[in-house]
Amino acid sequence: MAKITTKNLNLWYGGFHALKGINSGFEVNKITAIIGPSGCGKSTLLRVFNRMNDLIESVRTEGEVLIDGANILNGNADLVTLRKKVGMVFQRPNPFPLSIYENIIFGEKIHARNPGRDRLDEIVEESLRSVFLWEELKDKLYRPALTLSLEQRQRLCIARLIAVKPEVLLMDEPCSALDPQATARIEELMRELKNNYTIIIVTHNMQQAARVSDDSGFMLLGELIEFGKTEDIFTRPKDKRTEDYITGRFG
Amino acid sequence: MERHFDEELKELHKEILRMGVLAQEVIYKSIEALKNRDKAAAEEVINSDDKIDALELEIDERCIDLIARHQPMAGDLRFITTGMKINSELERIADLAVDICQRVMQIADKPLLKPLVDIPKLSTVAQNMVRDVIDAFVRKDVGLARKVLSSDSEADTLRNRVQEELVNDYMAKDAKTAPRAVALLLIARHLERICDHATNIAEDVIYMVEGKVVKHHAAEL
Repeated sequence: MAKITTKNLNLWYGGFHALKGINSGFEVNKITAIIGPSGCGKSTLLRVFNRMNDLIESVRTEGEVLIDGANILNGNADLVTLRKKVGMVFQRPNPFPLSIYENIIFGEKIHARNPGRDRLDEIVEESLRSVFLWEELKDKLYRPALTLSLEQRQRLCIARLIAVKPEVLLMDEPCSALDPQATARIEELMRELKNNYTIIIVTHNMQQAARVSDDSGFMLLGELIEFGKTEDIFTRPKDKRTEDYITGRFG
Repeated sequence: MERHFDEELKELHKEILRMGVLAQEVIYKSIEALKNRDKAAAEEVINSDDKIDALELEIDERCIDLIARHQPMAGDLRFITTGMKINSELERIADLAVDICQRVMQIADKPLLKPLVDIPKLSTVAQNMVRDVIDAFVRKDVGLARKVLSSDSEADTLRNRVQEELVNDYMAKDAKTAPRAVALLLIARHLERICDHATNIAEDVIYMVEGKVVKHHAAEL
């Protein structure tokens, strides 16, 4: 079942046509990878899903992006609710310069909820457990988050998202700052998380897309050239441009 | 954009082709040894098997190395993985040529049970199938690979005919003919198995070129 559907989605940065007629479906409990060369529009597409592009001046969008059937491009869409539902993890882990505990309950505070200390403790434990950090950090919750390793920081950022109970996780090159072992552990985490979330990952690392995703889309010059099951895209792509890109012939 | 990897793939292609040529050669020689009941020629084929085995290992190693170093995708991945399978099929074909020669060694000094009619026909089918399937691999010719698949039933028919004739007309009537009849039966069986391996290669070629799995679905082609 598609959690997110795009219908003839177009996006312009001023006069630059960055997304061209994108039609796609991102399924629940699956990891979908978006691959393509730099500047092809993959991060732009990702940012459409929680309307992060709204922060950029001169952006104009046409078409539809349906999340659970509702068009999030409607002028009356509630952005706070949307961004709670559709969380994002970035290339560089970006914990706040606060304690580990404060980082995780930050969302609760932002959403002006005050569920009480016991509930906050539960949220911290649940969130850290879901990213497999609880055992490591349960005795260090009040340490500054910035003392953590890069991998732990990235896990913490994912835990911080999970604390506000999102439904979709957008990941923009989430492992590009990590070493291979840390990358492997984040990938394992993604596989665990997909049981509860819809995950969309943008990656330059083709092997990572092949390893971790269920579906993949290849973008080029703002177009979604091919979209399908990852095993098909990486073993028998239909479009020659996809074949050329994933076999390194592109250019 | 030409990649360094392309050079390595070309080398692999050449090696598999070399393996194909060697396999064709030993089939031809084994059939000649049978026709002429030539023990020396049969022995030559048997002794040449080590060379083919060594090349098989070399190609396997090359494929594993390419996968490990380049993590190939799409067409590259299909080429290397089918290359490994084709390599192994060709080695089995060469083994069957050796098996034929071992039977030749057993019957060469004895009078021929009967003039050979269907076995030479079967050997021609086997040789043609192996030749065509190697051509199909080299030229990425899916049409030719499909033609090879359709030839397999002819091989089965000929093998069955040889079997019926040897069992009904010779072994059932005169038990003393059994050793020579069994040798001929086995030769027909080896030739038919060569055709089966050519069929497997044809299926691999179709997968390599089109990414389509036709194995075990020959009837739907």
